[in-house]
Order: sequence, then C-alpha cells, then structure tokens
Amino acid sequence: MNKTTAIAVNEISKAYRIFRRDALPDTLIGMMTSIARSPIRNIRYLRSLSRNIADSNELTSDQFWALRDVSFDIPTGEVVGVIGRNGAGKSTLLKILSRITEPTSGEAVIRGRISSLLEVGTGFHPELTGRENVYMNGTILGMTKREIDKKFDQIVDFAGVDRFLDTPIKRYSSGMQVRLAFSVAAHLDPEILIIDEVLAVGDAEFQKRCIGKMQEVAGGGRTVLFVSHNMSAIGQLCTSGILLSEGRVTASGKLDDVVQSYMDDLFETESAVGDHSTRVSVQTSIDGDAHQRMWKYGTSLAVRVDVETVEPVAGPAVDVYFNSSAGRMIFAQSDRFVKSPGSDANRWSFEFQFQNNGFVADYMTIDIGFRYSSSTRYLGLWRGVRAVSLGEVPEGYSHGRECPIAVPCAVQLMESAA
Amino acid sequence: MNKLKILNIMSNPAEAVASEAASDGIAMQPYPVTRIRNTSGSAWTNWVELYRYRDLFQYLVRREIKVRYAQSAIGVGWAVLQPLFTMLVFTVIFGRLAKLSSDGAAYALFSFAGLVPWMFFSNAVTDGVNGLISGASMMSKVYFPRMLMPLSANAARMIDFVVASVVMSGLMLWYGVAPNWGLLALPWILAVMALCTSGVTLWLATFAIQFRDVKHALGFIVQILMYAAPVVYPASLVPDAYQRFYAINPMVGVIEGIRAGCLGTRAMPWDFLLIGTISAIALFGTGVTYFNSKQRVFADLA
Repeated sequence: MNKTTAIAVNEISKAYRIFRRDALPDTLIGMMTSIARSPIRNIRYLRSLSRNIADSNELTSDQFWALRDVSFDIPTGEVVGVIGRNGAGKSTLLKILSRITEPTSGEAVIRGRISSLLEVGTGFHPELTGRENVYMNGTILGMTKREIDKKFDQIVDFAGVDRFLDTPIKRYSSGMQVRLAFSVAAHLDPEILIIDEVLAVGDAEFQKRCIGKMQEVAGGGRTVLFVSHNMSAIGQLCTSGILLSEGRVTASGKLDDVVQSYMDDLFETESAVGDHSTRVSVQTSIDGDAHQRMWKYGTSLAVRVDVETVEPVAGPAVDVYFNSSAGRMIFAQSDRFVKSPGSDANRWSFEFQFQNNGFVADYMTIDIGFRYSSSTRYLGLWRGVRAVSLGEVPEGYSHGRECPIAVPCAVQLMESAA
Repeated sequence: MNKLKILNIMSNPAEAVASEAASDGIAMQPYPVTRIRNTSGSAWTNWVELYRYRDLFQYLVRREIKVRYAQSAIGVGWAVLQPLFTMLVFTVIFGRLAKLSSDGAAYALFSFAGLVPWMFFSNAVTDGVNGLISGASMMSKVYFPRMLMPLSANAARMIDFVVASVVMSGLMLWYGVAPNWGLLALPWILAVMALCTSGVTLWLATFAIQFRDVKHALGFIVQILMYAAPVVYPASLVPDAYQRFYAINPMVGVIEGIRAGCLGTRAMPWDFLLIGTISAIALFGTGVTYFNSKQRVFADLA
C-alpha cells in the first residue's frame, strides 16, 4: 500500500482579528480623556489578541476568516500546487501545515517529516560565516548536525560559494546569499515539503537550476505542497492542484482543471461589459473549446468580440491587447470595418484568431478597445475582460520571459443593422 | 462534510479507517505522525521534541556568542570589564562612601562575588526577552520549539559567567582568600541560578511578546531587582524576622552561597538555598507553563 495519505486536512478554519481603529476624538477634552483611557483600552486590546478565538464562541465583527472549513487529502508522493488570488488563504494554510500558527478549529494529520520553506535563509546572520550559516539555517529547518555534515559539500557545490565559506556572509553579494540559502533548503530531505514562492531568487541561470532541483525533489517520491502565482512553474512541477478562494477550497484535482477554474475565478468579470452607449461581449475559445483556458503551445485562440451601440456607428474598429501577468503589453491586434456609406449599423462581430507559437508567460489578460476606425480615441476600453493561461514553457525558452513570435491572425467580420 | 479528495478516492469511511489503522501499525509506520489542531492554550511541553532540536539549540547559543562579540575590539574581554568596573564603582560608593558592611571580607571581593551571578542573571534575562522579540520574524517563517530562543540566549551568557568566575579566582588569589568545602555546593547553587534565570526569562518574554512595554521597562525592572538581592549589601543586614521571606528570591541563596563557599564570610546558607530552590522550581515550572500556553499565538502576534 504505497498510496497512503501524507496530509489529511479536516475542516480547518482560521480566524484572525482585524485591527479596529477607534474613532478619533475631535475635541481637546475628548482627546485628553481618550489619552488617559488609552492604557486600559490598549491592555484590553492586546489581551484580546493573545486570547484564543475558539475560546470565545461569539464571533464579533472584527474577526475575519482566513480559512473556512478547508478539507482535502494528499496522497504520499503527490506534488500539489496551491493556487488562488492574493488573500485567498494560501499562506495561512501553509503556516498551519508547517505549525507556525495553529488553526482556530479543525485538524490536520501529517504523516512523515515535514519541512517548510516559506522563506529562504531563515536565521541567516550577516556576522556569521557561510559555513556557520549553513549549519544555523539547516538546524532551524529541522536537520540535525549529522545530516548537514553529510550534505555539506553538496550544499556548497550547488550554491557555488566554496571559496568564501569562511567569510562572514555580510561580505557576500546578495545573489550569493540567496544562492546559499536556497541551496540549504534544497538539500532538506523530508518526506513532505512545503514551498512558498521561493523560486523567484537569483539570476536566470540559477532559477533554472532551482526549477531543476525542485523537479528532482518532486520526482523523488516526496509529497510536495507548492504555492505560487507563477502558473508556468506550477505547471512544470505539479500534477494536481488545490484552488483556494476566500478561504475555501473551490476546486481540487487534476492540475489543468484547477488552473482553469482559477482563470475563471481570477477574471470572473461579466463577459458583457460596457456602459449605457456601448455594450461589448467577449468570448474566447481554444481550439474550438469555449471552456478551455489553457492556451498551450501550438493551439489557437479565437477571440470573438460582439459590439452593440445605441447609436449607429460608421466604420467601427476593435483593438485586442494581450498583457502579461506583470501587466506589460505583449502584442495587440486591431481590425475595423471600412466605412461603407449608408450601411451604418449598431451591431458588429469581430473574430480574431491567434496561434500560440511560443509565448512564455504564466497567463495573459486581454483588453478590448472600441473606437471609430478613423480615430484613435476609444469609445470604450475594457481591461482584463478575459484571461488565458499559457501552460508549459516549450523547450528552448528561458523561464519568466515573454517571447512574442509572429502570430498569424485571421479576422472575420460580421455586421448587422439595428 | 464536503471533503474534497485529490486523486485518492476513499469514499468508504470504513475503508479509510482501515487503511489508517494499517499504517498506524508498527510495521507499516515508518513516518512520524504529526497532528495539528487547536491546542487551546495547552501548557504541555514536548520535551522529546526539545531534545530532537538540541543541535539547533547548540547553534543558537554559538550564534548568540559569536554575534555578540563580532567586530568588537576586545571581544569577550567585555565579560571581564563589565563586572570589574561595576565592582570598582560599587567599592567606591557603597564600600568607601556608604561604608556598607561586607561581613568582614574586602568590599571589592565581596561585591564581585555578588556581581558574578547577578550579572549573569540580569544579562541573561535581558538577552532572553529581547532575543524572543527580535526573533519574532523567524518564528513567523519556520516552526521550531519556540522555547529554544529565550533559553539559548540564557545559555549563551554562561560564557560570560565562566570568564567572570576566572577573574573572581584571580581576585581571590590577589587577596589571599582560599575557598572552603562549602564550594562543593556549587553545582546546586548553579542549578538554582539557571532555573531562576530561565523562569524569569520565560515569564517576561511571554509578557513582552504581548505587551511591548516590557521591553522598555526591562532595564529598569532588572535594576530594581538588584536591590532585592544581596549584591551590594550582605544578607545579614536584613532583619532576622524577614530573612526567610527575603530568601524567596532565589538569587539570595545563590549569591550568599557563593560568598560562603568562596570567601567564608558566613556559614553556608542552607536554609536560603532550600527556600530558593523551591521558589526557583516554581518560577521555572510556571514560566514554562505560561510560555507554552501562549506560544501558539506568538506567530500571529509578532
């Protein structure tokens, strides 16, 4: 029986108190009494912070649930990506599983030695030498001195700092420090590993080695829980996923499905946007599948834009912008109706076809602009109406960079009168 | 309820229980099992786990010592200068000017014998409390037994204590004072000192995480406490009726015990030591309990 459960999470909830600011007094007397009373108020507040929320059954308005009844099982050897927007509860979940903080209610059972990397280089001290910091950091992460002795050469080798081992790390470049820190973390040998966005360290070359090391760890039969916003890193490492949204698990299972739900969740904006004078509806489909959100290498994306205006417009044009997750515009495409006198209409359809010939980005968002073909001023510009995830990075492209490659584009136009 | 399972569909609860039971068996159970739940302020200490992290304790102590004296010109010499200069000031003010009794010994020697354990206590408590506060960022990033932080800061001050003890021996040679058999009680005395120090540290550190006021008040508290121990004056100045009460402060037995053993200024204060031992154990026990009941919220507070 090798498919035992490594992590069983059962209805875990975590509540935090939100700092509530008292209304500021606006009179001098009010201010003075408030200052005089503040020690009592502060003591009450500080005490309430360290009291257990579960102790007091009443749920007051200044509490906030970071996690609510989260349950899932992770079989041994599974590499699971935890995804979700900012504030969805990912970090809280990891903190609970790595025992940094306790859940308010619920239980988790973990089978195996667990190590968590919520940050690299915890416990690093600038005055200590590289060697001392390796031991310091390693023991903090739960290794024994013996285990570190055994791996010491590998760690130093991987970080490439062997010449500076006995130099205080305050004399290291920041890149060297980070490399050493990651290297210690990468050589942890637990059965279960929890990783939070530590990939974003070092230069491109080192990042590639990091990903390689992670894949090695993931492939070694270890259970890994990996939190990242970087969809392509998740795509490379994970086989299944958990989607958190507002503290709850909203999807789990096969990675592709979870990523797709995430994309829907991330931009669940109405497909029809616009104002009183113009309405735009946007549909995307990938290789003919309207529910697909993974625009993989080699597949084609169709973007259909339906525009409806109150007043008939002569010669409308639509611009489609693709932006990287970092917010940078990657490419744009526009098309227009050539003004044909006498055929002013107020409903148009634009269909764009794009082929993914090698975009390297985790996901892209789509902006739609609508204007007269003779003008550059937009009648309407809608940002982030759709998003597509790009899946795995094809061979030969370095990670984290977008490479726009010629995009064959087929545009189909339809026009109808009011 | 809506328990979502990933890939591993074990919809039959009986099956799930069975597999759990199987893997809980000795042969099927190669991995340690960790249960994470709300412990609701449980004060239970996991001593086994503390022992497992002994290497970390060792490196924390090393780091503390090394960092403290890094880039300082005389390094560990500060462990000599600090009590030595304090002793000089005390000798001038309390010995010469105030003419405080020193039970017949040279006042310099008398006050130094008191300063060695006292400086350990005050520095260790200060370091322990501040160490926990400044290590708060570490606590929010990785799990390890939190108690190691204040305790390792305490332990790191032992090096200063040892250095100061060497200076003390030198002073005894200089003054031609020989220790007596009472010094054999030293292990007991040191144990009381260590328990008392870590007990007070754990109490104050736990307060300090919740109320940063402690950090500001700490220097002042330690200063005041010095006058509650026979550092600058002999215990014999305290009226007989209050002696037992006075000895509840474990440092009374510690300081007077060291003086009795090294300087022979008085008979070994067994009664002080006994009372002090009881209160040191109580301080340590309650300190550990209080620390443990609060440590689970440290990461949320810090």
